[in-house]
Amino acid sequence: MTSVNRATLSKSLSVSFAVGAYGTAFGAAAVAAGFSVLQACLLSLLTFTGASQFAVIGVLGAGGTAITGIATASLLGMRNAIYSMIMKPILNLHGPKKLIATQITIDESVAVATAEEFRGEAAMRHGFWLTGGGVFLFWNLFTLLGALGAQAIGDPSMWGLDAAVPAAFLALVWPRLKDKDDYVLALGSAALALALTPVIAAGLPIIATALLAVAFARFKVFKP
Amino acid sequence: MNKFWIATIGTSVIAYLIKFSGTLIPSKLLESQGVRRINALLPIAMLSALVAVQAFANKQELKVDHRAAGLVAAAFALKLKAPFPVVVGIAALVSALLVRVS
Repeated sequence: MTSVNRATLSKSLSVSFAVGAYGTAFGAAAVAAGFSVLQACLLSLLTFTGASQFAVIGVLGAGGTAITGIATASLLGMRNAIYSMIMKPILNLHGPKKLIATQITIDESVAVATAEEFRGEAAMRHGFWLTGGGVFLFWNLFTLLGALGAQAIGDPSMWGLDAAVPAAFLALVWPRLKDKDDYVLALGSAALALALTPVIAAGLPIIATALLAVAFARFKVFKP
Repeated sequence: MNKFWIATIGTSVIAYLIKFSGTLIPSKLLESQGVRRINALLPIAMLSALVAVQAFANKQELKVDHRAAGLVAAAFALKLKAPFPVVVGIAALVSALLVRVS
């Protein structure tokens, strides 16, 4: 293993800490939604993919069933399969190392690895392991702190926790909106979900928008 | 076992299987334009829907309340390129202030 480039290291650590600190919001929101501190921590340790974690607590907190929550979280996590596919030839792992790498294959570790491409494959591997491992460490630590904090403060709306969840989703979707088509889909999905909310069970409106995305993928509204 | 345990364990097991499945699928699939496009659009649709429902729905009832103010504050923070924890913190602060003064 070649030595780690300082720029790769500092990028990995800053991403790890910034994203990890956000685990506080997850831990707190999970407890506010009705999960126990232990369940919140297990979700961060085992599920370990932020958007899916927020989705499952959001659906159950709104009164949705376990199945709807699991389905919503899983559809949102599908992109991680693509990430594993991208990282496979670069990491080229077998045995226990492969199993560990699989768990830390998430938005951030793959994003840093991809950003380090110009420095070569060794830097990509360093970026992946440092960011994936760093986010794992901080995300879990801050989830615990957030969950314990929320348990201690009582009514979540007095502390704005009920507004923290939609804000968290907004922060997750924001960087993904790149062209007019993306905005049309985002607004269309929001409208569809709200329209369906009074008529179908909690969580199902979110799944309906997954179908909208698949239909939308066949069109390009604004670009040729 | 209550629904929170089922959701915790079910989500975790499937999340890992999804991540692992990527190492088994031939990478040729990745080159398909359709798969790439769906992969980019799926999170946009679902996350946007989650923003709307979490901000404007209370169980199955739609309402505009303190959470909407928090969301607007979050959008401003994002526009100013604030980092994640700041965005979430500002939304919580604005919303909590509204709850406390009303």
